[in-house]
Amino acid sequence: MAIKLYDYSLSGSCYKVRLLLGFLDLEYERHPIGFYPEREHRTETFRAINPLGQIPVLEDDGIRLRDAQAILCHLANKYDMSGLWLPRAPELYGLVMMWLMFAGGELMAASAARLHDLLGYDLDIETARRNAHAAFRILDDHLTRREIEGGTWIVGDHPTIADVACFPYTALSNDGGIGLEDYPALRNWLRSFMHLPKFDAMSGISEFA
Amino acid sequence: MAVTTDRAALNEWIACGWPEKVVPGGKYRTVLLGQEIEVRRTGVSSFEVFECDGHGELSRSLPVQAKYCCIFTTLGEPIRPLPKIPEFDEADRRITGCGSVGVHTSPFRIIENFLDMAHFSFVHTDILGAPERTEVLAYKTEHRKDVDEIWAIDCQFYQPAASKASKGGQMTHYAYRVMSPFSVMLYKNVFDDPTRNDAICLFVQPIDETECLAYMPLAIVDRESALTSIIDFQQTIFAQDRVILENQRPALLPLDPTIELPTRADASSIAFRRWLKAKNFQFGVYEKKAA
Repeated sequence: MAIKLYDYSLSGSCYKVRLLLGFLDLEYERHPIGFYPEREHRTETFRAINPLGQIPVLEDDGIRLRDAQAILCHLANKYDMSGLWLPRAPELYGLVMMWLMFAGGELMAASAARLHDLLGYDLDIETARRNAHAAFRILDDHLTRREIEGGTWIVGDHPTIADVACFPYTALSNDGGIGLEDYPALRNWLRSFMHLPKFDAMSGISEFA
Repeated sequence: MAVTTDRAALNEWIACGWPEKVVPGGKYRTVLLGQEIEVRRTGVSSFEVFECDGHGELSRSLPVQAKYCCIFTTLGEPIRPLPKIPEFDEADRRITGCGSVGVHTSPFRIIENFLDMAHFSFVHTDILGAPERTEVLAYKTEHRKDVDEIWAIDCQFYQPAASKASKGGQMTHYAYRVMSPFSVMLYKNVFDDPTRNDAICLFVQPIDETECLAYMPLAIVDRESALTSIIDFQQTIFAQDRVILENQRPALLPLDPTIELPTRADASSIAFRRWLKAKNFQFGVYEKKAA
């Protein structure tokens, strides 16, 4: 049975899923959701699919999943026979999970800033930007340590779903008026990620960075 | 933020929202040329717009028109009516707005980017342009004095996926039309039907000189695509432009032709900048500082 993704082109969270589907060469059916201005994700019809009223949602062989991070885990667990995108080794697995939670948690402040600047969401932009900077500081410090150790990726020697989950809202930070001037290790990591085979840039990502 | 004193800007109809932005009975505040305004939806298709004074109280009532999927108002004495865009009255077209998108730059940078074909292959790669076919063929520009509009005609560009309806590449024929300093549109031939044109508008609401909201009403000939997909396509294109637009320096548009040197492909930009200069525009315009 085909994989179906409830998707919106400008959503960074949907982009996480599209990226991994691409890296894993998986065919899927795209079901566009009118996130803006229609707000289709808040309708009763869509809440029957996801009661949280959020995208992305993925359907795969009778399983229906919400939350980009959960979807990444599912896809990597089921389809990545190499085991590289979701390493099971005890010294790596927990770290990948930790940074996945970070991507769905602290880093989402950068998404809020973007929704404010791009689509006019009414929220406290100063708080959103401050929290996004705090999250970028933590990720940049981590990646600086990784560079000193000779590493490129957030965990281990191969990109994992932790990189896939952290990439979109970091790369899209400019959309929310947040510059990455103070985060050199982050910028190095973004550049490495964009050079991965099968990488596909979404709108708003500057490939010239 | 203070309201501009530039009469050339004040005396235009400017988009300040779209009907479905609020439910009937609802209202919202926004800013136009530095002036805070309140927009009220009094009925399904009736609106009121007010200026707000320095204390946030409503002061004078402003003219309002709802048309082309947008709400328009003016802070001055309009020197021209809203443009006539008959495509929005054709029954078989798909007509929709795309909400608004915030862009941090001058309104004229946004208009000028819309007129530009040279960036298609680089910014909208594999959609509106192909990396191996980058040439902008010669086209004509004209100032239509009867309506005071700038047109670029006989434009053509090879496009791998010109619209949501496209099923392959085509040589797309374009005509561009600048209807006011804050509104522009294009006509491009429909995939597989050279007799009809899609009409795509871009109305810019300048909040101040370097902060804008962009509205993109569409009147599209496409029987198959879902409206959601048509909007998604348009927003994907515009978000690609936005990242380029926000990185242009200076953000204000230079009208002095020695500051940014044009090439032949920039004929429409040259016509647009000359036209703004002739109007003695100050708002949103880059002035070279005296040495």
